[in-house]
Amino acid sequence: MAAPTGIKSPTRARIAARTLRTDRWWLYPTFTALVLLAFVAYATYRAFVGEHYFAEPYLTPFYSPCVTTECVEGSSHLGTWVGDWWPLSPAVLILVIPLSLRLTCYYYRKAYYRSFWMSPPACAVAEPHRRYTGETRFPLILQNIHRYALYLALAYNVLLTYDAVMAFKSPEGEWGHMGLGTLILVVNAVLLGLYSLSCHSCRHIIGGRLRSFSKHPVRYRAWGMVSVLNGRHAQLAWASLVWVAFTDFYIWMVASGTWSDPRFF
Amino acid sequence: MGYDLQMKVWRGDATGGELVDYTVPVEEGEVVLDALHRIQATQSGDLAVRWNCKAGKCGSCSTEINGKPRLACMTRLSTFEDGETVTVTPLRAFPVIRDLVTDVSYNYKVAETIPAFAPEPRPADGAYRMQQVDVERGQEFRKCIECFLCQTVCHVIRDHEENKPQFSGPRFFLRYAELEMHPLDTNDRRQLAREQAGIGLCNITKCCTEVCPEGIHITDNAIIPMKERVVDRSFDPVTWLGRKIFRRDQLEEAQVPQSRAE
Amino acid sequence: MAEIERHRFDVLVVGAGGAGLRAAIAAHDAGAKVGIVCKSLLGKAHTVMAEGGIAAAMANVWKEDNWQVHFRDTMRGGKMLNHWRMAQLHAQEAPDRVRELEEWGALFDRTPDGLISQRDFGGHRYARLAHVGDRTGLELIRTLQQRAVALGIEVFMECTITKLVKGDGRIAGAFGYWRESGRFIAFDAPSVVLATGGIGKSYKVTSNSWEYTGDGHALALEAGASLVNMEFVQFHPTGMVWPPSVKGILVTESVRGDGGVLRNSEGRRFMFDYIPEFFKAETADSEDEADRWYEDKTNNRRPPELLPRDEVARAINAEVKAGRGSPHGGVFLDIASRRSPEYVRRRLPSMYHQFKELADVDITAEPMEVGPTCHYVMGGVAVDPDTGESAVQGLYAAGEVAGGMHGANRLGGNSLSDLLVFGRRTGLNAAYAAARLRRRPEVGDDDIRAASEHALAPFGIEGGENPYAVQQDLQEVMHNLVGIIRTADEMEQALTDLAGLWERITRLSVEGHRQYNPGWHLALDLHNMLRVSECIARAALERTESRGGHTRDDYPATDDSWGRVNLHCRIDGDGVGITPEPLPQMPDELRELFN
Repeated sequence: MAAPTGIKSPTRARIAARTLRTDRWWLYPTFTALVLLAFVAYATYRAFVGEHYFAEPYLTPFYSPCVTTECVEGSSHLGTWVGDWWPLSPAVLILVIPLSLRLTCYYYRKAYYRSFWMSPPACAVAEPHRRYTGETRFPLILQNIHRYALYLALAYNVLLTYDAVMAFKSPEGEWGHMGLGTLILVVNAVLLGLYSLSCHSCRHIIGGRLRSFSKHPVRYRAWGMVSVLNGRHAQLAWASLVWVAFTDFYIWMVASGTWSDPRFF
Repeated sequence: MGYDLQMKVWRGDATGGELVDYTVPVEEGEVVLDALHRIQATQSGDLAVRWNCKAGKCGSCSTEINGKPRLACMTRLSTFEDGETVTVTPLRAFPVIRDLVTDVSYNYKVAETIPAFAPEPRPADGAYRMQQVDVERGQEFRKCIECFLCQTVCHVIRDHEENKPQFSGPRFFLRYAELEMHPLDTNDRRQLAREQAGIGLCNITKCCTEVCPEGIHITDNAIIPMKERVVDRSFDPVTWLGRKIFRRDQLEEAQVPQSRAE
Repeated sequence: MAEIERHRFDVLVVGAGGAGLRAAIAAHDAGAKVGIVCKSLLGKAHTVMAEGGIAAAMANVWKEDNWQVHFRDTMRGGKMLNHWRMAQLHAQEAPDRVRELEEWGALFDRTPDGLISQRDFGGHRYARLAHVGDRTGLELIRTLQQRAVALGIEVFMECTITKLVKGDGRIAGAFGYWRESGRFIAFDAPSVVLATGGIGKSYKVTSNSWEYTGDGHALALEAGASLVNMEFVQFHPTGMVWPPSVKGILVTESVRGDGGVLRNSEGRRFMFDYIPEFFKAETADSEDEADRWYEDKTNNRRPPELLPRDEVARAINAEVKAGRGSPHGGVFLDIASRRSPEYVRRRLPSMYHQFKELADVDITAEPMEVGPTCHYVMGGVAVDPDTGESAVQGLYAAGEVAGGMHGANRLGGNSLSDLLVFGRRTGLNAAYAAARLRRRPEVGDDDIRAASEHALAPFGIEGGENPYAVQQDLQEVMHNLVGIIRTADEMEQALTDLAGLWERITRLSVEGHRQYNPGWHLALDLHNMLRVSECIARAALERTESRGGHTRDDYPATDDSWGRVNLHCRIDGDGVGITPEPLPQMPDELRELFN
């Protein structure tokens, strides 16, 4: 067996406990793991089930844009150009984008490194791994392409905004409609948009990478605004995650006829 | 209004040690360091603990209190529950010297490997000009009091002794970021941040930020921006092309101080 | 005896605060092989505690400012007892020393034109303090530390010098111990720069850290140098008074420079009642004028809260004595009612933090309670102004441990500039002198043996005095009997008590072994603290007047005949003796600045 490392290294103070923390440090990783697992389970089921994702005029974000010939009538705003070769649900094709953003997101990295990988489970609590190479090797070195996930996600946000706008059309195709579903889709688009904009890569690209702010006053102001959002990145990450699941759930309920959509006007 | 505080203080050296129980009379408004001083003055004159300013400005009295890395001088006793035992140990990421004192020379060795500030030449009238908005980012990082709490809590070295040679730790990512964002610096330190400082080892779990007694946003304002700069330099094909074609971003490559390179 | 670790340098710098680091950098630049020895880790020295700024007549904010005005302010603040040449060099060279820091990476706050911003401080005619929020000292020490590291200067951290060794009638080196292992170490160096800071730990209420035990003062004294102006100890007017564990911690003068005012328990801005004749012409006599001054300095006079520190400290002391103090025995320092919370948090971030964390007081919403705290010793090793060399050949001193620069009272902000100006000067001159020397004296084995025996003595005694108890008693004596207000009777009592303490420290015993043993370290420091305390008490007893940091209840007036005399303290038999010496005479072209 190799020599002990970490807090058991021979030169360190000999303290047997893995941590001497007396607070409930396990709460955050446990809670995070539960919420993320619940979301993944729900999203996987919904992505593969392939039904109840469209209730005129509402298209769930899980299936937007719906681009295979399998899509139900009226749900394909961008056409069905992918054709029929795609064997799985159309949602799988599109969910890769938000998934890649969230997987490489600087906040979610903290969340899942702590709660799933336990590296570390909490501050000053020894991790169980013998070796650690961080994000220096494949596959974790791919975290460095977070900004490309952001570019895709921003484009995706445009589509979700489009969907939210389309939700102001009545099922008969006339403008001037608004139901509870419309509101839910608008909030969804806003939260996802804010989550993307508050991203650390976005903050870097918009102005953070500059050495001198005073020479670029416009970008400095934009950086200031993104920085404010960035301070709330974790909250936005959770809020948008829960809300997008709720949005999907609501449309599922409406599409399956379980609930009817209250109409404001 | 005084009362008796129950404490467990780790006493020992590299060959071994244990948590020793103490009952310490303390007063309202006191901090953990006061209690340790009282142990020194009345019970164990040889209890080793580092301290200097006792006002949270010098960063000497870093210990782990109830398992959390903290400054003993800034941990008020009123933050503990009635009857709670306060456990104080040395920093667990560094070799122990004696009692609460650890050998933090790792940090000083890392500091020696960072290329110094390399400013533009002074203008004719001898006075550099910088705008407040341009110095503010660096000023946040220069609030660092070098207490090394971020270093001790960082699992990259706390849990993996073997990473120490290739990892600088959060305190020195601050230094890299400060120089990278300095409006007058003329060096490109991104390659070094990746290869020498090992910024890729950081998995941004933010414990450094959690323990920083100065409230510096180490992860959000220094480490992640540095990671993004490393991406600009080494991983992003678009910025790579921009550098090659438009000759943007062309600063002199920073060099490790000769005398210090191993 | 066993071989001990030995090192050889051209220049050995003792102390790694601002002065020590600056001296080491200068000596290195002059081509010397330099070593720095410091009691703490690098970068923890007391300089980090300095808050307000570095005084330098850079004229970035006020074009009217120049070195002559700064010189005049410094001399007047020091009650004309300063060494004029030191004050002159200091005022002339400070701006360059500040600009140099910027070249080494310091990030000062800026003016709208992008120059180094400067703030108001007590006793300075113009806004003159280059600053970084209220943590200027940290910026200064970190900048110098990083510079020294970049230059590859060797640093011996957590190493304490206990003895200076002489040979051929001059400095030969120094002897000390590693705190970590307790092992001894000797340095051969023909030039030794003392930059050990002050003496505040001899007082009960102080803003100083454990390191401030007057080591450099005592080392120089015992090597044959003289200490000048030791009766002048600065009590900073605003230290925290509550909770008890933080009593004495500094509240920066910038609070007043940025608009804070002092009030007593009746809500009165009492400083208007304490404007001395000497400063009447330049101090506002109404609250309206004082408040207008912050905006328009040309047509209004300064608020009395910004009088030199000795005046403000005495006024606070008097208010508390008269029963108009705050609940915990201080007065109120109020910036909450005068400036917006955003302004306070931006200008005084570490004060905000300090009160919030340590006293649970939000200074943007409520006033602070403050009172005088022992802060700085104006007295120190008498040195040649241009070179920093003491009466002992090869022994230099810079910073707080050197005397003369600040006279009877130091202005805020003049200490950081003092460190830089005289740190550089002594470092250069120490290096030049070492280079000029043909034959270097060696540290002899006998000296090492004697120093080792002395250092180990406390381990040989069992059941003796507890060093912590002796230190506490010393602090009581100095605080109660040689404190901010003094009388002959009390000081005579103090001398008697000090003699008792001298006797007790011969019987100190420490438990445990030599490895990182703070009890042992304190036992060795106590010797220095007693030496210095005795100098202070004797000099203070001798000076039968009140001036600057020396206030006599039995001689409340300032006496012009005393204004021509410096008191020097030297070893005399087993104790110390005081000799009055005439003040160096200022040349006429400088004298004219005061007309």
